Amino acid sequence: MTDATAAERPIRAKGALRRLAERPLALFGLFLILLVVGGAVLAPLVAPFDPSEQHFDGLTIEGAPLPPGGVFLLGTDLLGRDLLSRILWGARTSLIIGVAANGLALVIGTLVGLTAGYFRGWIGAVLMRFTDLMMAFPALLLAICLAAIFQPSLWIVAMVIAFVNWVQTARVIFTETSALSEREFIAAERTLGAGTGRILFRHILPHLLPTIIVWGTLGISTTVLLEATLSYLGVGVQPPTPSWGNIIFENQTYFQSAPWLVFIPGAAILLLALAFNLVGDALRDVLDPTQRGRD
Amino acid sequence: MPAYLLRRLFQSALILLGVSLVTFILLYVLPADPVRQIAGRSATPQVVENIRRQLGLDQPFLVQYGRYLWGLLQGDFGRSYLQKTDVATLIAARLPATLQLMGGAILCELVLGLTMGIVAALRRGRALDQGLMIVSFVAVSAPQFVVSLLLLYVFAVKLGWFPIGGYGTLSHLVLPAVTLGILGSGWYSRMMRSSMIDVLRQDYIRTARAKGLTRGRVILRHALPNAILPIVAMIGIDIGIFMGGIVVVESVFGWPGIGQLAWQAIQRIDIPIIMGVTMVSACAIVLGNLLADLVTPFIDPRIKLK
Repeated sequence: MTDATAAERPIRAKGALRRLAERPLALFGLFLILLVVGGAVLAPLVAPFDPSEQHFDGLTIEGAPLPPGGVFLLGTDLLGRDLLSRILWGARTSLIIGVAANGLALVIGTLVGLTAGYFRGWIGAVLMRFTDLMMAFPALLLAICLAAIFQPSLWIVAMVIAFVNWVQTARVIFTETSALSEREFIAAERTLGAGTGRILFRHILPHLLPTIIVWGTLGISTTVLLEATLSYLGVGVQPPTPSWGNIIFENQTYFQSAPWLVFIPGAAILLLALAFNLVGDALRDVLDPTQRGRD
Repeated sequence: MPAYLLRRLFQSALILLGVSLVTFILLYVLPADPVRQIAGRSATPQVVENIRRQLGLDQPFLVQYGRYLWGLLQGDFGRSYLQKTDVATLIAARLPATLQLMGGAILCELVLGLTMGIVAALRRGRALDQGLMIVSFVAVSAPQFVVSLLLLYVFAVKLGWFPIGGYGTLSHLVLPAVTLGILGSGWYSRMMRSSMIDVLRQDYIRTARAKGLTRGRVILRHALPNAILPIVAMIGIDIGIFMGGIVVVESVFGWPGIGQLAWQAIQRIDIPIIMGVTMVSACAIVLGNLLADLVTPFIDPRIKLK
């Protein structure tokens, strides 16, 4: 049975991709992600200006920021810096944190869930009680607390986010692993003398892959939002490193007269989070057999 | 039932104990020194030491934690480092504002979310369904601080329908409550839709229709009570998201609740207040989960607690 599923997998993966391509919303999400990734990677080439250069002609005579249009396509911020360039460089921050923090959370969550689900007994009990405990924390409050207390840097922020975000993954992986370990083919492997490591990583983990992919994609959306919120409160990524959240943090005092400084980066955050949600949701429909036929 | 209740209460107490321990450890190992913050920059080392001793911060970790726990059991959350007031008093003074906001937000997310979910399920696969699901995706992807600022800009600054911030009247409540409600409505509408679709597929719905009941009656009396069950189970999770959201939303709108209290305390490293708000939030989440489990058998008599 294990051989059969292993052989089927590549074909299923191809089918999954094709089914994904049939969904306009997922395609729209993919397009947005590619756009942001492209902007982030090519920022040094496509950004019209240096993101931290304070332009002499970037402010009006009264010292107010310039609205969108003209030389500065999206306008300038309070210090006369080009908003478009800051948004493009800020995409790097969002994506680095999105991928790093979420990757870390995914690894922690998968390991905890896998261990707790396979070794029931006291190890499983202790780990799952700890996850219950983490569920009782208001995640955002905890993250704000931690980020404010440690001197925030890009990597500290990523670690704080990972620390509050692994819990859901752990619970899902736990449920699936406990169900899988009861199945005959795992029992058969055990009888054949396969070691614990082999069973976990060669036989159980591949079955969890669809779940990990789905939660990994949806998780990036949560991470992007959390990073933006922390940076908006001033306890996330610190200026002068541009991040979409801290652009709003720096400029919000002016938001009544210069709304573009709040709503352009705000729209960028929303679209990126939306993109990962759309793709993640489509992936769930496509990869998870229990969800199939619901839409 | 009493045995079940007792066991669940015991479990909840254990979780709260764990939360207090984890928070205490995190705040204990923090690199920032609260004593320096209280004493100010120009304080002599002697003064700093005195304050440290007064607050008991020179004691070993277990002694400090033991003391805190002992106080907690008697309803004593400790004293604020900077405001020289009991944390319990500070929180109690701000709780009504937060509860009011919570009430408004829950009302908003249930009305918006459930309506959207039910309508989408009934119009499944049509344009309206797809449109509503896109709306729900946008709702869960929108950062709350951006929604706050957008609502403020449109409805307070431009249209002038609501005040820009503050607390007191119903019109102060609308914008912050809607901000918090939008996120929840996105989750609720998606849950409600898939739950409703599952229920509408059941045989007893077909039976009810076959008996000649009207479509409206079948939906309201037969489908809805069953479809609403998974929503009730979300109360606990919802309170968790809400408790995080109030920190942002209360500070943007200048709403004098415990979220704003927490945010001010975090900036000044006023640890007893941070601990206090975390414990109160954790209590709310644990109670929410407990409530959800206790209420389900009343909605659906087939479910028995054990």
